[in-house]
Amino acid sequence: MKEMLQKLREASVAAILQADDITALENLRVKYLGKKGELTAILKQMGRLSAEERPAMGQLANQVRAELEEALDQRREALNARMLEMRLKAETLDVTMPGKAPELGHQHPMYIVLDEIKDIFVGMGFEILEGPEIEEAEYNFTKLNTSEGHPAREWSDTFYLTEDSSILLRTQTSPMQVRAMESKPLPIRMVAPGRVYRKDEVDATHSPMFHQIEGMVIDKGVTMADLKGTLNTLVKKLYGENTVTRFRPHHFPFTEPSCEMDVQCHKCGGKGCPTCKGEGWIEILGAGMIHPKVLEGCGIDTDVYSGWAFGMGLERLAMRRFKISDLRLIFENDVRFLQQF
Amino acid sequence: MILSRKWLNEFVDCSAWADHDFSEAMTLSGSKVETFTDLHKNIQNVVAGRIVEMVRHTNSDHMWVCQVDVGGDAPLQIVTGAQNQKVGDMVPVALDGSLLPDGKEIHAGMLRGELSNGMMCSLKELGLTLHDYPYAIEDGLWVMQEDGVKPGDDIAAVIGMDDHVVEFEITPNRPDCLSVIGLAREAAVTFDKPLRLHTPDVPGSGEDIHDHVSIRINDPALCPRYTARMVRNVKIAPSPAWMRERLRNSGVRPINNIVDITNYVMLEYGQPMHAFDFSCIGGKQIIVRTAREGETIQTLDGNARKLTPNMLCICDEEKPVAVAGVMGGANSEIVGDTAMVVFEGANFNGTSIRRTAAALGMRTEASGRFEKGLDPMNTVAAVNRACELVELLGCGEVMRGTIDALPEPIVPKTVKLEPDKVNGLLGTDVSEAEMRRILLALGFELDGDTIIVPSWRGDVEHYSDIAEEIARFYGYNNIPCTLMRGQTTSGGYTDAQKAERSIGTMARALGYSEIITYSFISPSYYDKIRLPADSPLRDSMKILNPLGEDTSIMRTTILPSMLEILTRNYNYRNKAVRLYEIGKVYFARPDGMADEPKLLCLGGYGGGMDFFQLKGAVERILAGLRITDVTFEAENENPSYHPGRCAKVYAGGKLLGVLGQIHPLAAANYGVDAELYTAELRLDGMLAARGATPVYTPLPRFPAVTRDVAIVCSADIPVAKLSACILAAGGQYLKGCELFDVYTGAPIPAGYKSVAFSLTLRADDQTLTDEHAEETMQSVLKALKETFNAAIR
Repeated sequence: MKEMLQKLREASVAAILQADDITALENLRVKYLGKKGELTAILKQMGRLSAEERPAMGQLANQVRAELEEALDQRREALNARMLEMRLKAETLDVTMPGKAPELGHQHPMYIVLDEIKDIFVGMGFEILEGPEIEEAEYNFTKLNTSEGHPAREWSDTFYLTEDSSILLRTQTSPMQVRAMESKPLPIRMVAPGRVYRKDEVDATHSPMFHQIEGMVIDKGVTMADLKGTLNTLVKKLYGENTVTRFRPHHFPFTEPSCEMDVQCHKCGGKGCPTCKGEGWIEILGAGMIHPKVLEGCGIDTDVYSGWAFGMGLERLAMRRFKISDLRLIFENDVRFLQQF
Repeated sequence: MILSRKWLNEFVDCSAWADHDFSEAMTLSGSKVETFTDLHKNIQNVVAGRIVEMVRHTNSDHMWVCQVDVGGDAPLQIVTGAQNQKVGDMVPVALDGSLLPDGKEIHAGMLRGELSNGMMCSLKELGLTLHDYPYAIEDGLWVMQEDGVKPGDDIAAVIGMDDHVVEFEITPNRPDCLSVIGLAREAAVTFDKPLRLHTPDVPGSGEDIHDHVSIRINDPALCPRYTARMVRNVKIAPSPAWMRERLRNSGVRPINNIVDITNYVMLEYGQPMHAFDFSCIGGKQIIVRTAREGETIQTLDGNARKLTPNMLCICDEEKPVAVAGVMGGANSEIVGDTAMVVFEGANFNGTSIRRTAAALGMRTEASGRFEKGLDPMNTVAAVNRACELVELLGCGEVMRGTIDALPEPIVPKTVKLEPDKVNGLLGTDVSEAEMRRILLALGFELDGDTIIVPSWRGDVEHYSDIAEEIARFYGYNNIPCTLMRGQTTSGGYTDAQKAERSIGTMARALGYSEIITYSFISPSYYDKIRLPADSPLRDSMKILNPLGEDTSIMRTTILPSMLEILTRNYNYRNKAVRLYEIGKVYFARPDGMADEPKLLCLGGYGGGMDFFQLKGAVERILAGLRITDVTFEAENENPSYHPGRCAKVYAGGKLLGVLGQIHPLAAANYGVDAELYTAELRLDGMLAARGATPVYTPLPRFPAVTRDVAIVCSADIPVAKLSACILAAGGQYLKGCELFDVYTGAPIPAGYKSVAFSLTLRADDQTLTDEHAEETMQSVLKALKETFNAAIR
């Protein structure tokens, strides 16, 4: 019996190690360890043994069973690992093939820049106002210290909707200064972006409709130094901390003193190149201290309050930001253009 | 304004500053420089030379071999094909390695076997014309008749090209700076150099102007001042070289001495002048009046002009002789035999001049200045300067007397000097002494705390104007940069602004790209989208002076703008296009202004675009705004849309807009034979329908079961009605109902369809029992049977 067990052990372990798949292995388990298996058959002969022989033989039988089970487990594990490996190999993909995600839409470049500017001002405690594009001449001109007879009011420059020149398409976002002053409690910090209209034929740098953003602060003791500080913050956030700026005197009817703000040409560092038309500087906005006549016209006491305002063209900013060479592209809306942003 | 720096230096010596530094400093003090040019750079190594010998070229039938003294040890040999020179003539010589204004470089070389050490030049080769040197000839060498020129002299100096010109962009509030003296005043303060002005004083002789003519101003509001002097025994001739050079360097073409004097004075003083031939004046009175109905004048440019009664004219007793401030008349033009000249220096109303010039389509140097409102105190000095130049040039005898019609006296404006207010506005700490220094240097006068504004500064009337004067010369860039103080403001985006932004974000996440279209459209666009003739949408606000028909009315619908862009992309053969715009439409209000609601417009074609893909995008966006109770209703009457593929969108019963396939006939109007899909949704409606902050619903604790139900019903019953019926009949255990199939065709009889839904059933307080599930299904099927006569499949 001992020999039978020894024989079984040798034969079965060898067979198990050669089993090629899980099914074959299971068959071997049944063959050797099953209820009708070979080991069971041997054990059934234990009855014939003497009482002295039985314990030793029983021990041996258990030992053989344990060895067989271990061999089965090991083999099962090895087979499982091999199967997993094969499956994974079969599942291998060409990861360089394109993804299947749905196309994302693109924001218009002008609005990308506008959102950026709005975020900067919101971060400084400004609110965002919107107002009418079909505007009264009173708001677009008169209350902005632009009297009757001013060239900007000519029918050759401004679109009018009434014969008496009282209703027009706003030529600037500046009427929002007046509307804010008339409707908001002081202090005011606001920006007002939107569409504006001027009678310019379409070309690479002109469009009868374009966008501006107006900004205004009115508070006690507001100074031109505040204007400079705030606009410098804007520009550094837009163009980077190292941006160099300068302020030049200029003229607007509704600000006094008035200025234009330039940034040093990023390309030539101020030496002069084609990008800055040789000037070394690129004009980016007009600004100034709100003219006391404008404040007073809105019932604001100029002995207590003062304010500053700026206005900036957005298309030009977007064109510079993205190196767009022709304004017409902005309004053409060719998807091959839009998809670049 | 083009400024000759040589001319400027006559009034203030700025020669120490190179062009770049000069320009930078002037720009920063408020006179913005556009460009600067060193004229000498364009003409180098060209000198005067005297021809000392000339012989025929042995190998040419027309060339000459000349020996030319150019100031060196020995004459240079130069070959020329020109024929108008002779021995002893002084001519310009471009030496070996010279540069000419047209960019041409001249080098020594062999011409048919003879060495030529350069080139003798014509006027044209020096960038000059007969206007500059009227005695020269066009085809041939410039044989110079200039006094004091020696061989070897730099030709640039001879012709006044040893100058630098600076072009300024002068803001409209500073017409005084459209002059050499005005800019000199600015430069003097900018560079802290003395300003050297002189007052022309010409007593005149002989007869007095008052014996010949008087002035009548009919409308003093249009002509506050009219100053005139007369010159007799005028000898019309070219003006001297120095004057022609300055005019040329300032961008003005020389004509003859009298005309050149008027232009010279205009450039120097900023006061446009007019000179006219007195012999052409009928009667003894010059009348400044508006034109009479039907009057015409032939202007100096040769064009006949129809005048209208709002145009101011200079007239004799019968007829206009000039359009005031714009252009003189041909009938009184200075010509070769003009003997008596009237010099006019007047002040006109700027707006009137601008409108006249615009109406006649002739904006001139003069009108461009007058329209900005000029200094009324400048006319006498300017007229006297013209007379001074007449004497200097010896081109006539200035008569005694000056006519100076000044109907209303001119009172100088005053402003109080308030240093604290100025510093308070600027955020600076400029001393009062420094303020006074700057103001005095600029020509302001001070009487205690009262600032007397000079007459040429019509723009200064307030302490904020004074602040700008101080700031300009204190330096804008010396003003500190501070951040705002004071009460903080909360600022930020409103809920509506955030929602609008999120709509854009969602549209892009759904694959739609943003566009911007014009707010104005063509009336014909309404035909293209098939609006009926009586549609209220055709009631657009009209631009009375549009650029053209295509941009002449304010849109009442955003649809044609989107279709225009879809069409453009379609024509560019762009595939699978998805676009959106958030834009306004404009409806007239009784008060003349407009309601300007915003719309969200989606549009697309290709790439699997169909009704349900578009509807899905709309549904997602509405869901993203937490709008509940969204319903869609078939719309078959919208003329722009396919009658069977269009839906109205409602939220809570309120109409948000419409979506669907563009009517094939509308698409055909755009030349597109593809299916175009668009949605138009009112933004205000969407924002108003937004859901509140969500409240957490506990997650289900018991499992759900799904049961499918397939029915056959009449094909015209909308799925939405079936699902509404199911949900209503389902009771407490029915938690969801999803369509998963619609089928028509065999074996379903014609006129019927099979519709299948997947129902989700669940109890909130226990695992759903079979009995409860069965009850629910029976109830649903019963309702479908009773309501729609639907049969179970």
